[in-house]
Order: sequence, then C-alpha cells, then structure tokens
Amino acid sequence: MSERVAVAKPLPRITPELEPFFAAARNHELVVQRCRSCGQLRFPAREVCPKCWSTEREWTPVSGRGEVFSFYWMHQKYHPAFADELPYAVVVVQLEEGPRMATNVLGCSHDELRIGMPVEVTFEERSPEITLPQFRPAAR
Amino acid sequence: MPLRTPDVSIAGLGVTEQGKVFGKNAVGFAVEAVARALEDAGLEGKDLDGLLVNPGLTWGPASAMASFAVQQAMGVRDLRLTAAMNLGGATAGAMIMQAALAIEAGLATTVACVFSDAPLAPPKRDGSGGSASSSAYSQAGDLPAAYGQYGVNALYALVTQRHMHRFGTTQDHLGAIAVAQRAFARGNPLAQLRDTPLSLEDYHASRWVVEPFHLLDCCLVSNGGVAVIVTSAERARDLRRPPVRLLGMGQGHPGGDPLETLSSGAGLASRTAFAMAGLTLEDIAFCELYDCYTFTVLVTLEDYGFCEKGEGGPFVADGRTGPGGSLPVNTGGGQLSSYYMWGMTPVSEAILQLRGEGGARQLERLGPCLVSGNGGILSTHSCLILDQEP
Repeated sequence: MSERVAVAKPLPRITPELEPFFAAARNHELVVQRCRSCGQLRFPAREVCPKCWSTEREWTPVSGRGEVFSFYWMHQKYHPAFADELPYAVVVVQLEEGPRMATNVLGCSHDELRIGMPVEVTFEERSPEITLPQFRPAAR
Repeated sequence: MPLRTPDVSIAGLGVTEQGKVFGKNAVGFAVEAVARALEDAGLEGKDLDGLLVNPGLTWGPASAMASFAVQQAMGVRDLRLTAAMNLGGATAGAMIMQAALAIEAGLATTVACVFSDAPLAPPKRDGSGGSASSSAYSQAGDLPAAYGQYGVNALYALVTQRHMHRFGTTQDHLGAIAVAQRAFARGNPLAQLRDTPLSLEDYHASRWVVEPFHLLDCCLVSNGGVAVIVTSAERARDLRRPPVRLLGMGQGHPGGDPLETLSSGAGLASRTAFAMAGLTLEDIAFCELYDCYTFTVLVTLEDYGFCEKGEGGPFVADGRTGPGGSLPVNTGGGQLSSYYMWGMTPVSEAILQLRGEGGARQLERLGPCLVSGNGGILSTHSCLILDQEP
C-alpha cells in the first residue's frame, strides 16, 4: 500500500546512519534500531545506546502497529510544499514494540484524530530514493 | 557538604529598548545592556572583573566566544572570569549562580551577566519583514521536516496535548494564564503588548499557530538585551540601588522524554534552592516564571508544588496568578506580553518588583520571589529565590 504525493515536499538526507532505515522503507518494511549489547529498541537513530552506552547497533523490523501518543495540528506555513495542506497533523506514534516516531496519520480528519487511536504503518513514495513510513487508522 | 548561600546580591539591572528595535546586532545589544546595568549600579567598565554571556539564536558562529566578543566590544581589560553559557532559557539563572559561586570563592568581585538577541529584521520598503527565529529552529534535511514537523512551538504542543489528555487541562486554563499576564503587562511601560487589553474571548479568537496553541499561547519575539551586575552583598549595600539579595539557587535537568514525564526540572531545582534558603513554598510572595508558552507556566507551578501534579489548570483558572490574586505570577507580563529575553525576562521583573520600581504594576506585598528558567523542551531548569535586603 502506498500513496504518491505530487507536491515537492522536503526530502530527508540519507545519512550513513539512516541508510538501512530508508532501504527497508523502499521495501515497505518499518525498522527501528536495536542495541546489540542490551537489546533495547530505539528511534530516532542514535550512535550510542542511552541505556548501556554500547555503540554496537543494528536495524530490526517491527510490526508497524501502534497508537497515537500525541499530536498537533500545524496551522503555520514553514515550508511551501505543506501550504495547501494547512492545517495538517504531525503525530507521535507509540509503536507496539516501544519506540515512538514523529510521523503523519494519513486520511484522518480533525474530528477523528485522538490520543490512543490505533494506527498501522503505510508507505509514501516521495522520490525514487525516498519512501517514508507513514501511518493510517487501523481497526482495533 | 551542607548547602550554603553565597553572600551575594544583584546590584544593577540594565534593560535595553525591547521588541522591534533596530540598528544594533546582538553584540551591540549586549554591550548596551551591560553599560546600562553598570550605570544603574553606579559602576564603570573598569569595575568589572567578570563577564558571563548567554548568546541568543542570532549570535551564530560568534556564540562560542561570545564573552570575548562583548569584552572586546566594550574595551574592558583584565577580566578574571568569563564564559559563554547556554542552557537555553535556564541560562540567566545559571549565569547568576556561576557569578555567585565565583564571587564567594574570591575569583571575581563584580560580574556582569547578559543575554541579548536580534531575531527581528527591520521592515522592508514594501512593508514586509519579520522574524528570523522560525528559520533558526528549522532543520531542512532532517527526518521530522519530511513530515512537516518544524519549529519549537510544535514540540511544546505535543507535550501540552499529552497533558490535556492525561489531566484534563483545557484551552480555558491556558487562556487564563495569557489573560492574567496581559493584565500585568498593561502596567509595564516596557511591555510590547502594554496597549492591548486581553479577555479570555480574545484569547480564544486569536489564530491557531500549532493547535493546541493559539498565537497568544506563545511568547513574543524581541530584539534587545538585559544585563545584571552581581557582587558581594557587602559591596552591594554601598552602591546606588537597593540590593536584591540571593537567598537560594538550584538547577534541575531531568533527562528522559518530556512526553512521558510531562514535567520540568523545577522540582529538583527548587528542592536545592529552598533547602539553601531555609524557606518553604509558603514563604514565597510572588513568582517570575519562565513562560515560552502558557503551558510552561502551568507545568512549572505544578512542579514547584503550588498544586498537585496535573492540577495546574484548575489552579490558574480563577485568576489567582493575576493582579490582586493570592499568588502573583509574571507581574510584568512575562515573555507572553512584555519581552522575550529568555531567562532574563523573569529575572529583570523580580529585580524591579523587589526594588519597588514596578510603577503601576508594583505589588503591595513583597517577600521572597521564586524565579525560574527553563530551556529546551522542559530539558533544563534553573531556580533562584530572591528578596529585598533583610
């Protein structure tokens, strides 16, 4: 499942640290970082495990299921590519496996969006190189 | 080691013109603020032997050596203490602590602490113009930007939304803070919004910026500078102005995820400050609290223990923190309604009140004042307890 967006929204840089994250997303797979020393899952990507300080790390698939942990409706234009969508929601999703990610919930109205709402991952192809994990409402 | 209060006072305050003031860069505002603070105290540049600088966002690459830049700009020689310091909005309190410790240890006798910034650009000929601060927070190329996540407003909005969900905090509660502070600002000649009265209806009618934040939940943007002169309590008594005594100080930097804790470092910082001062919350006559957002005030009141965690909304709803209320908070209008000088805004208003220079907004009942600073997303916290000379 993917949604293509015509407007030129900003593309994230594929840093060496995030290369596996974007490679997985191109295959429509959601991954988070895992500490190879203590097993702690984390996102966003970090070089050092905040729990055990190990720098040994890898990427591991997660279910893509979670719930809305918090959100806001952005009414202010910061980037022209988002101007037509104002107000749009940016959402922090709490994944079943623990980490949280800032993302969007696609196809969800102002009245529908609420904390605790179950969501699941979907993918948005922004460019040949960049596919973004996104979320959509899920059946409970 | 037992806590011991350094024997120091704030002997001078310098506040430049605030807001849409042009013709100076951030270094220029810093120099003007220090000069005004020295003049206020009846001192000269040659009396300074310490200089601590909190560079705002527009200092850019000059941030790293900000204190040297100000020293050179002022032509001051032979300082025995300087530093550029930055823990966001908690820096003003932290600079005063640093100055107090240095003076107590004999490293310096007379320390200027200054914040300045110049994020507002002059209006262009076509009438446009505006703030550089939003771009200073944006990070193009980062993953969050791809999702439309921009600016620090958004990060506080996430925490506020959680607080509303968990504790039932409402838009009316946030609005009550904006209204109470504006009522104080009406009596502050320096306040950028002194001429605009504000009702709760006006608050609700103000445009959304990042929902649940209306425009009037967010601090102003200001050009300008604020400086204070810290010296020994003994010396301060011989200077021009009534000294403002430091009774207690502390810091608290909680770490972790504010979306989870919904708390600032105010609890940790204030335990140290109150223990040092030998005071309790009941002794506090008024508060000057860091207010990047209305929500920051609400959460800081909770974390200091003025009410139970989660009860900040009902606590502020009845006007208790406004003019004539039992716990006056941000008596000059705060950063929501007066001027945005990071942690120097609450520090400056505490000094004016304790010296009896509050004019139309002067509190009748003075006593120990709790002054907070808050940086990042509830990431850093400084707490000062200030009072008149006993």
